[in-house]
Amino acid sequence: MIDFSYTVLILLIPLVVFVVVGLFGNRFKPIVSGLVGTTGLFIGWVLSIFTAYNYFFVSGKGAEGAFVKVLAFSMRWLNLTDKLHIDMGVLLDPISVMMLIVITTVSFMVHLYSIGYMAGEKGFSRFFATLSLFSFSMLGLVVATNIFQMYIFWELVGVSSYLLIGFYYTKDSAVAASKKAFIVTRFADLGFLIGILMLSYATGTFDFIKLTAPDSPALTSGQGVWFLGLSTMTWSMIFIFMGGAGKSAMFPLHIWLPDAMEGPTPVSALIHAATMVVAGVYLVARLFPIYHMNAVALDVVMYVGAFSSIFAAVVACTQYDIKRVLAYSTMSQIGMMMFALGVSGYGGEEGLGFMASMFHLFTHAFFKALLFLGAGAIIHAVHSNVMQDMGGLRKHMPITHATFLIACLAIAGIPPLSGFFSKDEILAAGHMKSMFLFIVELTVSGLTAFYMFRLYYNIFWGKNTHYHHTPHEAPLTMTLPLMILALGALFAGLVPFASLVTSDGMPFETHIELGVAIPAVLAGLIGITIATLMYRKETNVPERIFNTLGGFSKAAFNKFYIDEVYLFITKKILFNYVSRPVAWFDRHIVDGAMNGMAYVTNEASDRVKKLQSGQVQQYALVFVSGALLLALLFIYLWTN
Amino acid sequence: MSILTLFIIIPVLTIIGILFSKNHMQVKWVSVIGMSLQLISALALIFLYLAERRAGNMAEILFVQDNLWYESLNIHFYIGVDGVSVAMIGLTALVVFAGIFASWDIVDLPREFFTSLILLASGVFGFFISLDLFTMFLFYELAVIPMYLLIGIWGSGPRHYSAMKLTLMLMGGSAFILLGLLGIYFNSAPSGGPLTFDLIKISKEHIPIAAQNFLFPFLFVGFGVLGAMFPFHTWSPDGHASAPTAVSMLHAGVLMKLGGYGCYRVAVFLLPEGAHYWGWLFLILATIGVIYGAFGAIWQKDLKYINAYSSVSHCALVLFAILMFNQTAINGAIMQMISHGIMTALFFALIGMIYGRTHTRYINEMGGLMKVMPFLAVAYVIAGLASLGLPGFSGFVAEMTIFVGSFQHPDTFHRVCTIIAASSIVVTAVYVLRVVGVLLLGKIKNEAFETLPDAKWHDRMSVVALIAGITIIGSAPLWLSDMINGGLGPIVQKLLAAAPAIMP
Repeated sequence: MIDFSYTVLILLIPLVVFVVVGLFGNRFKPIVSGLVGTTGLFIGWVLSIFTAYNYFFVSGKGAEGAFVKVLAFSMRWLNLTDKLHIDMGVLLDPISVMMLIVITTVSFMVHLYSIGYMAGEKGFSRFFATLSLFSFSMLGLVVATNIFQMYIFWELVGVSSYLLIGFYYTKDSAVAASKKAFIVTRFADLGFLIGILMLSYATGTFDFIKLTAPDSPALTSGQGVWFLGLSTMTWSMIFIFMGGAGKSAMFPLHIWLPDAMEGPTPVSALIHAATMVVAGVYLVARLFPIYHMNAVALDVVMYVGAFSSIFAAVVACTQYDIKRVLAYSTMSQIGMMMFALGVSGYGGEEGLGFMASMFHLFTHAFFKALLFLGAGAIIHAVHSNVMQDMGGLRKHMPITHATFLIACLAIAGIPPLSGFFSKDEILAAGHMKSMFLFIVELTVSGLTAFYMFRLYYNIFWGKNTHYHHTPHEAPLTMTLPLMILALGALFAGLVPFASLVTSDGMPFETHIELGVAIPAVLAGLIGITIATLMYRKETNVPERIFNTLGGFSKAAFNKFYIDEVYLFITKKILFNYVSRPVAWFDRHIVDGAMNGMAYVTNEASDRVKKLQSGQVQQYALVFVSGALLLALLFIYLWTN
Repeated sequence: MSILTLFIIIPVLTIIGILFSKNHMQVKWVSVIGMSLQLISALALIFLYLAERRAGNMAEILFVQDNLWYESLNIHFYIGVDGVSVAMIGLTALVVFAGIFASWDIVDLPREFFTSLILLASGVFGFFISLDLFTMFLFYELAVIPMYLLIGIWGSGPRHYSAMKLTLMLMGGSAFILLGLLGIYFNSAPSGGPLTFDLIKISKEHIPIAAQNFLFPFLFVGFGVLGAMFPFHTWSPDGHASAPTAVSMLHAGVLMKLGGYGCYRVAVFLLPEGAHYWGWLFLILATIGVIYGAFGAIWQKDLKYINAYSSVSHCALVLFAILMFNQTAINGAIMQMISHGIMTALFFALIGMIYGRTHTRYINEMGGLMKVMPFLAVAYVIAGLASLGLPGFSGFVAEMTIFVGSFQHPDTFHRVCTIIAASSIVVTAVYVLRVVGVLLLGKIKNEAFETLPDAKWHDRMSVVALIAGITIIGSAPLWLSDMINGGLGPIVQKLLAAAPAIMP
């Protein structure tokens, strides 16, 4: 067995970079921060590839031919009870190694890209410091050895996301978006925390290896009915999924993701497309053996995933801001991954959905990061986010155009690009579970192809916009990552996932099922065709269709008014009907009672002090009347 | 003579030094030297303590010193520490150290100001090292009384009202405490022998249950007032709002901890049956306090009020955890005291520095300060993130220890309370990010603020020391948690003996 303890360096390097650049970044020229950050991630990338090679092809397999979990590094961080303790460590298994590759690749590309994209921005080194903080947190999240370590890094990715969304902190919309993202995910994290508390109460451990082992206490204990007909374990899994749904922008906790696009575009590519937002999927995959035993919780995952995917796909068709289209597309694709987990079984071929979900996570990281970085190059060139300001850019930006097209074809599921393979497995897994949901996901596939090509044509074809400054192709630091990611989008589908990343570590065989693949490709082609007819040349067809659909399209354009619902709950109810009365109650009732006591005391002393007037006549009067009263009292008592 | 005496001698010598200083500068430097020595002794104490423990010294109390000073009532100057008090001493030394630097700009009567401040600090130190209930109470009063002068003379706004309110409410609490302590004294030898104030000796005795049930509310409410227990917390927002910076820091950072510490060390430790009898009632109050304080903070517009309500919420969590009666939760309570102490001192220091520049504390009148004073603004963001329980800072460690510990309670009522209390982390995020957004980010609202200076060296000293504190505890909490755990054995045993059924 190879000693994997060096993998801890993959985490530590970005952490050191964060501390150094964060504290001293201002002392150097900005470019130094950029280079230090990029070099750090490059080393991490090389180490990750080395690790993946060693794990998958040299020493990851146990005696039975299944991939085993390797505890590469572990140290005690905090003792809680005699059974519960928090460790910090590195756990290697197929999904975490796969995530290491995804994160370091995309993060490295984004670092490289940002050197060009962020050039000349104020806060250049702050940007790179935070990017390193994010990379550290995200890597710590995926290699977590126990659920509490995961929660710790979960919060840390949340805060890096907050800091990066609010990077342009003088812009009110960016400040509001960052706040919204943090609070919405925090609310979801409360669910995660409660889930962890329940899980640890029932099982007495945080450790993933123990929790997911065949003799896990999670499978044997706490199965009794606890509340509303569900067991403790099911509830805890549902609560934990709430955390995952928040981070992964699943309906109805998705409202922060479109606003998060206020952040610089490389950030959207890294955090809000390829890595952090899939943390929820990863979380469910990590605990999959337990989810598998709690059918209700797994059904929740499936329905939430399926609904989110179709919901977001519909909204994406109506948006004009190119980054928002991509954001909804991300939400829709993550919905598909969740759906795949939800329909999956456990072990061997039963775990097709699990494998498909991880596969799609992997391929999606490449083409979605590519799409965002491409969008960044376009925004950089035309200084606008809105597709009405674009058109005919294919001539001005050939590299961006070519790579963007590859990504669009990949996400639309056109063979032999990467998206085809992973999406096909998801649909195959869905097909085995439920015909209805299969059709839903097929529709999502079609819609995906449609809105992606709507985007593509509006940017690169359509009307010939006259630009103030002729748009230029981006510099090499920006186009190089595009080209590398395009290679990923082209070929990532050829990775034999079924023999590497499976639910129980046992490899199995997959084959393309024509009964699924043909409808899937057809759906994609139909979507592309409609988009071509509608948007290749400038016409008024889209507007007419939009108007024909009337209220529905208006609702979709307004994101089905979910934001307004939230605003009503927070602003109206929590602020005005909870917080304000609390503040009033405190000042007037609680404090009023205290002031009242003081007032009564003062008043009483005022009354009493009048007795001490210093006038002898008054004293005599009081004395005589007092004596008289006492005398009367004694006589009365005595006679009775 | 025990090393602990240093914690009384150094402040006394510093005060003498201040009285003999010739000018402002000397006053400040004498204070700085004195309190730096105090901080060094505190760090030395932590190292010595850990070394003793590692060497296998398993005595309940270390560094003991015992002198009889009033024979007829059997009152001793009896001092000694366990893991919990060592931690509290470390906290106090750090906050006082930072407080001296934060009050560098005091112009009126600096000599008197620093004297009162250090007198207050010595009261706090004395309280934490005392093991004799009477001596403890003496130091307690010594800490509370200078507060009146400090707010009344150097305060701002309706300072006389606030000072009077604060002092009267705390004195009311003291009256309760005194009654409780006397009650314990007269029950301190149920099996015969001389009556005693000796905390350790009393803890070995079994006070009759009827007496415990009667005395517990006095002590818990009395200390609870200082710990800002709902509904006796209203002195806190007014008092903090009027107090000068360093006083707010010391008050919220250290003095309020006397309340939590007293509840833990005196009320629950000596009266475990009483605690079980009344626990549910105070647990409800504490749970209300956690949520109530957080919601109260959302609506405030004055920075100090926001932080005061936030303190109500965080300190309620301390009492909440103590009332869970298990080792993990109580450990969390102590860590929460330390964490909140440093964090809130940092907040008040920063608020003072910002107020010193902008002359307003209303968040709506400010905005975009990140551009003007990046150092202070970044520090404020860090304090805010620590306050909302971000991992890497001490608040997270403390809160998670509390929640995990509390949720291990076998009783459903306690677990439901835990979930309610845990939901405060969301509300906290709301008010913290609201302040950060309005105050620091966005555009500069008032053009007059554009030229304001950033932190000076003494501001930086204060801020960096406190941030170092929360970061060290937050990223490497194991030593602290183990040190505190080492001191919790006796109280856990007593609680276990009082009600075996409800302890996990």
